[in-house]
Amino acid sequence: MIAYHKGLMAFAALSLGLLFLFPMWKIYLEAPQYPEGLELHIWVNKLGGSTEGVLQNFNILNHYIGMAPIHAESFAELKVMPYIVVFLMVTGVFVAFLGKRKLVLGWVILLMVAGAVGLLDFYLWLHEFGTNLNPQAPIKVPDMTYIPPMLGRKQLLNFDALSLPSWGSLGILLAVLFAWLVYYLSSKPKAALQ
Amino acid sequence: MNTFKSIIPKVGLFVALAAGTLLQSCNSSGKGDDANVKDNTVAADAATAVYVAPGKHDELYSFLSGGFNGQVSVYGIPSGRLLKVIPVFSQFAENGYGYNEETKPMLMTSHGFVPWDDLHHPKLSRTDGMADGKFLYVNGNNTPRVAKVDLATFETTEIMEIPNSAGNHCSPYPTNNNEYILAGTRFSVPIDLSKGGVGDASFDEYKDKFRGSISFIKTNEGNGHMELDFQILVPGFDYDLANGGKGPSGDWVFFTTYNTEKARTLKELGASQNDRDYLAAINWKLAAKYAAEGKTHEMPANYYHNIKDHGTHQAKSHVIKKVRYLLPEECPGMMYLIPAPKSPHGIDVDPSGEYMVVNGKLASSLPVFSFSKMQKAIQNKDFDGEVNGIPVFKYESVLHAEVKEPGLGPLHTEFDGKGNAYSTMFVSSEVVKWSLKDFKVKDRIPVYYSPGHLMIPGGDTKEPYGKYLIAMNKITKDRYLPTGPELLHSAQLIDISGEKMKLLLDFPTLAEPHYAQGIAANKIAPNSVKFFKLDANKHPDAVKNEKDVSVTRNGRTVKVNMTSIRSHFTPDNIEGIQVGDTVLFHVTNLEQDWDVPHGFAIMGATNAETLIMPGATQTLRWVPKQEGIFPFYCTDFCSALHQEMQGYVRVSKRGSTVPIKFSTGVKKPVPPATASLSK
Repeated sequence: MIAYHKGLMAFAALSLGLLFLFPMWKIYLEAPQYPEGLELHIWVNKLGGSTEGVLQNFNILNHYIGMAPIHAESFAELKVMPYIVVFLMVTGVFVAFLGKRKLVLGWVILLMVAGAVGLLDFYLWLHEFGTNLNPQAPIKVPDMTYIPPMLGRKQLLNFDALSLPSWGSLGILLAVLFAWLVYYLSSKPKAALQ
Repeated sequence: MNTFKSIIPKVGLFVALAAGTLLQSCNSSGKGDDANVKDNTVAADAATAVYVAPGKHDELYSFLSGGFNGQVSVYGIPSGRLLKVIPVFSQFAENGYGYNEETKPMLMTSHGFVPWDDLHHPKLSRTDGMADGKFLYVNGNNTPRVAKVDLATFETTEIMEIPNSAGNHCSPYPTNNNEYILAGTRFSVPIDLSKGGVGDASFDEYKDKFRGSISFIKTNEGNGHMELDFQILVPGFDYDLANGGKGPSGDWVFFTTYNTEKARTLKELGASQNDRDYLAAINWKLAAKYAAEGKTHEMPANYYHNIKDHGTHQAKSHVIKKVRYLLPEECPGMMYLIPAPKSPHGIDVDPSGEYMVVNGKLASSLPVFSFSKMQKAIQNKDFDGEVNGIPVFKYESVLHAEVKEPGLGPLHTEFDGKGNAYSTMFVSSEVVKWSLKDFKVKDRIPVYYSPGHLMIPGGDTKEPYGKYLIAMNKITKDRYLPTGPELLHSAQLIDISGEKMKLLLDFPTLAEPHYAQGIAANKIAPNSVKFFKLDANKHPDAVKNEKDVSVTRNGRTVKVNMTSIRSHFTPDNIEGIQVGDTVLFHVTNLEQDWDVPHGFAIMGATNAETLIMPGATQTLRWVPKQEGIFPFYCTDFCSALHQEMQGYVRVSKRGSTVPIKFSTGVKKPVPPATASLSK
């Protein structure tokens, strides 16, 4: 691997840093009486939103249908994930420094597995919140579940829910793309590059 | 030509009377109920000019005083939609202002708890001679007070009593950077310099013992609160209205006076004898300098200053025991008197700061004084005697022009920033437009009926927003569907953007607007607070988490520190209260969302409900007089389960053994939506 490839690999590793600057995922809720909308932001290490009180407001609305309150402390993932990301960033830079193609392949597969596990975990949580409803809830609609969409739009009673990845996820995408690019480019003989 | 003009007002009056008669005959013959056959002045495009589509916002905020309701009404302009009523000097059962424990101290005075006042003049705080949209200052006329409304929350946050004053009418007038708010007394009274305050005197001693006062209130807007810096004790006239200069006259404030005759009875006649009263000119900067240099005397005083704290949401009263004062006779160059016809009401300074327009309500012309001429007259000592050591100018040496035959009963003038002035004529019931270039009348428009003040947004500043004018009328009669003997007052919105004034809209107003302020919406709307941050709530009895609620007895007082959130109170079952206990419900609204107030009311409470904004804590005091179960509930429809947002207090007989106990929910409770963000 030439210096140029090493640079790209380092870039791939560091682009994961976007996860600490931006949310990974955003869930937008809109309803007639919420013209300004409610946004829940899922970060690699915390839950946030369009306003400070957004989590409380989500929980107030959700408690009518018996959904369990969402608290950052309930998710061990938020404590573990930052370490995994930092680990991937450090090893990625290390791989760039060593310049071994096989290590690049290993790293990108590890990253993709981690991403897939993350998405699965996200799906399971959405399912858990949407279906595990308190039987004493004031509002009960027979056979209704409230699984928020993972990607895209869904009508949940008076709320129009939209779920989309955010800039933080772009960091993962960039890391995967650039690591594959490095793997691909470094496979060609030197002559072909010139 | 002149004779023609002079009959215009009379003709106008005649036409009005004739139309009135016609109207009555119409109605009695049963033909048509539409009163306003005179509205041929309504602009053809009026409906589109004032139409603000559903969901769209108005171009301007306007703040109309409520007069005898002690409140301020906020209307959107041009739609004339009522946006809010801000209680200031009056108890307001609608939200508990002046009833709940937090705001009761706001209405404390040296006379005790005074839950009403006559609110006349709103004035917006200023930066560099322009309204800045931060605060609104208003006067309480009856029990002299000045209040400050915070325009981030539209709440009254400060009320200061004015000592040595009676009828705080000539108030509150800000200087161009809010250095001072000036407040003059309407009634002169005997001021007791040794004991302080309004003293005793025989009515026969009016001329010798009665004095007026003008208060200089520092605003300290950067880091603090209003502060009565000093007063000037002035001759015993009635001080009516004031306005500050601007530009070259920025160091000066002008005050109209009447009853320079010093009549003490039947003032209607007694105060209307002199052909000329005075316009008092005070150099506020020089006065402040004299005060800083120690020219002041000190006298005892006793006045209240009530401040609502941002963090605790509680008002506290402070009693101040002395006041400094200046005597004009000891302060050369600080104060002058300009003879002005006749029993003047409004004094209005044009945007350039050169012209002072005096609206002599009994005068046949509108005199316009020149600031530069006044400066010359001071240099040349062009005086015509003095009153109490205060030099009096010769009328002609300060007069610039007279607007001839403006109409009958001129009261108040504002400006459009394009070289025109607009004056209300109370008696001939019209607004008259005249030019500051040739001082001739350019246009007239009837208003319905008998306008007091008018308001052009920014019309009292150096750069008016010269598009609209609002006339505030004292008499309504047939303008709206009849509502018995008591009618709301009326206002007319007039388009002044063109050469001819055009009537756009007519809307009823609450109680009696004496004056108003208008300001572009973007100066206020972006700073409007949506809710209070729970984390910043420093109320000593705030509860920020449902786990921390408590009911505690201390002697015969029981404190209930409780919470409200959609859609329940915690606790909602309370027992152990006894007949005759003083129960203090400290309710914290845990919501952190826009437009989710919760109310609290309990059966038999002798005060009112209290309406708690998200993140705030408020306290309702309740003394149960009999045993039994007393329900309480949320009074503001907060959510789909608002009707369920209720609870019970069990009151036992005095000396009962029922212990204090409280709870929300039983056995398998519906998981409460916890308030804490991070727990």
